[in-house]
Amino acid sequence: MIGRRGWIGLGTVAALIALWFLLTTVTGIVSGARFPSPAEFWLSLRQIWGRGYAGGQLMSHALHSLKLVAMGFAVAIATGIPLGLWMGWNRKAEAAINPVFLVIRPIPPLAWIPLAILWLGLGDSAKIMVIWFSAFVPSVINTFAGVRNIDRPMIEAARMLGTPRWRMVREVIAPAASPLIFTGLRLSLQASWTTLVAAELVGALVGVGFVLNMAQQDLYPGMILVGMVTVGLLGWATTALLGMVERRALSWNMAARD
Amino acid sequence: MNSTPLTWRETMAWGLLGVVLFLGLWSGLTTSGLVPRQFLPPPQEVASRFIQLLTSPFAGATLPQHLGSSFMRYAYGVLLAAAIGVPLGLLMGWFRLLDDIVTPIFDGLRFIAPIAWVPFAALWFGTGIGGPVMIIFAGAFPPCLINAYRGARFVEPRLIEAARMLGTGHARMILEILLPAAVPSIVAGLRVSAGLGWQSLVGAELIVAAAGVGFMMVQAQGSVQTATVMTGMVAIGIVGMIIDVLLRQGEAWLRRRRGLEA
Repeated sequence: MIGRRGWIGLGTVAALIALWFLLTTVTGIVSGARFPSPAEFWLSLRQIWGRGYAGGQLMSHALHSLKLVAMGFAVAIATGIPLGLWMGWNRKAEAAINPVFLVIRPIPPLAWIPLAILWLGLGDSAKIMVIWFSAFVPSVINTFAGVRNIDRPMIEAARMLGTPRWRMVREVIAPAASPLIFTGLRLSLQASWTTLVAAELVGALVGVGFVLNMAQQDLYPGMILVGMVTVGLLGWATTALLGMVERRALSWNMAARD
Repeated sequence: MNSTPLTWRETMAWGLLGVVLFLGLWSGLTTSGLVPRQFLPPPQEVASRFIQLLTSPFAGATLPQHLGSSFMRYAYGVLLAAAIGVPLGLLMGWFRLLDDIVTPIFDGLRFIAPIAWVPFAALWFGTGIGGPVMIIFAGAFPPCLINAYRGARFVEPRLIEAARMLGTGHARMILEILLPAAVPSIVAGLRVSAGLGWQSLVGAELIVAAAGVGFMMVQAQGSVQTATVMTGMVAIGIVGMIIDVLLRQGEAWLRRRRGLEA
């Protein structure tokens, strides 16, 4: 059932579409050179969907970007979570790694883009590297915080039962830290998309950011809007996917909360 | 878990070891010639380039001048985001209808990375000041809005009821009840905004700008001057850190003051 909020939301969206139509098509207050009309948007979408634009069809651009985000994100998780667990577990590791982190962290991930291009060129590897950098930091920090926030009695109980170190990490530490780990992953995913789009805007030969870049150079507002909608949809879909994984992984925790 | 916290001395020793290892590895790799200089210059070369750029211009300006023009755009963008986001958030926290109208729009736009506004920003406002300011705004706006909204929504209901019983009008309710109660949340949001805005600024300048640190880095990348690129990174990091420290101090100061008042 749709509640009051839902109806107002639907009404808002309908009103916005009507306003869009009114401003661009009916009255022409907003010229097509500034913002596309619904018809122009539709034509651009059909063009890139069928004939293609900027060297490929929409699906191939989108899938390429998705692949890069998935790879960078995967590498970041595979390195960030273990490092965070280790720093949370071992105070010496924390003391040694923290200062290096303090030096590198203030540099925004996007600032690595020129260096990545110098090192690896305009291809995929430079993008995966910057995505990795941007997604790495939130996963490390939140994993670390997750381990540090675990109730001490739980660890002591496990230790008293003589749990070996590896089982301790796998069955006590990692699950107890997982709510915060997932918080970190959500931030990481967001950072991944921002970084990818920026990297593709700076220099690429394929991908959603490249579509945006070409459309900007061609002064093609319809295609710019198609590119932005695609970026939004990809971000939304991957976030929803991560949310599903989270609900599955944390089902024990959610049940306990209810 | 190694549960006993390290002493201050141990922390410093391990920290020093970490930094020394990091710098040693970096300078060892580069000075030994294992990694070509063009690829990764040794730390001392980056340091000397940094000092050199303080006075001699690159890409049309010295480093402080680039930083200055970056910072001006940054300040415009963040201030604009705060000036629109905070009042709108408070209003949404008070007027339910406004909340129901704005939230779906906001949720729809949320998934578009701020940097994806670059083409429209360039088309609408040009690449001088307007375009970058709009991108910084796009990055800094959401936390301002969300935190002001949350702060206003979670005001203690008793306060609102008491004020309502005394016949307080909408304007006074927002300014004298919601705003003061939401200040901690708003300030926390501003800090996040400031960080995201700085990040967006770098992105904007890499793509569309004719001055600023990001522009300097892109120019240096084009002419394969790795030391200059890294100088830009260091400068961006330092300014970002200063902004964060200042805002943290401001937040702590505010908290102390409010603590005393209460």
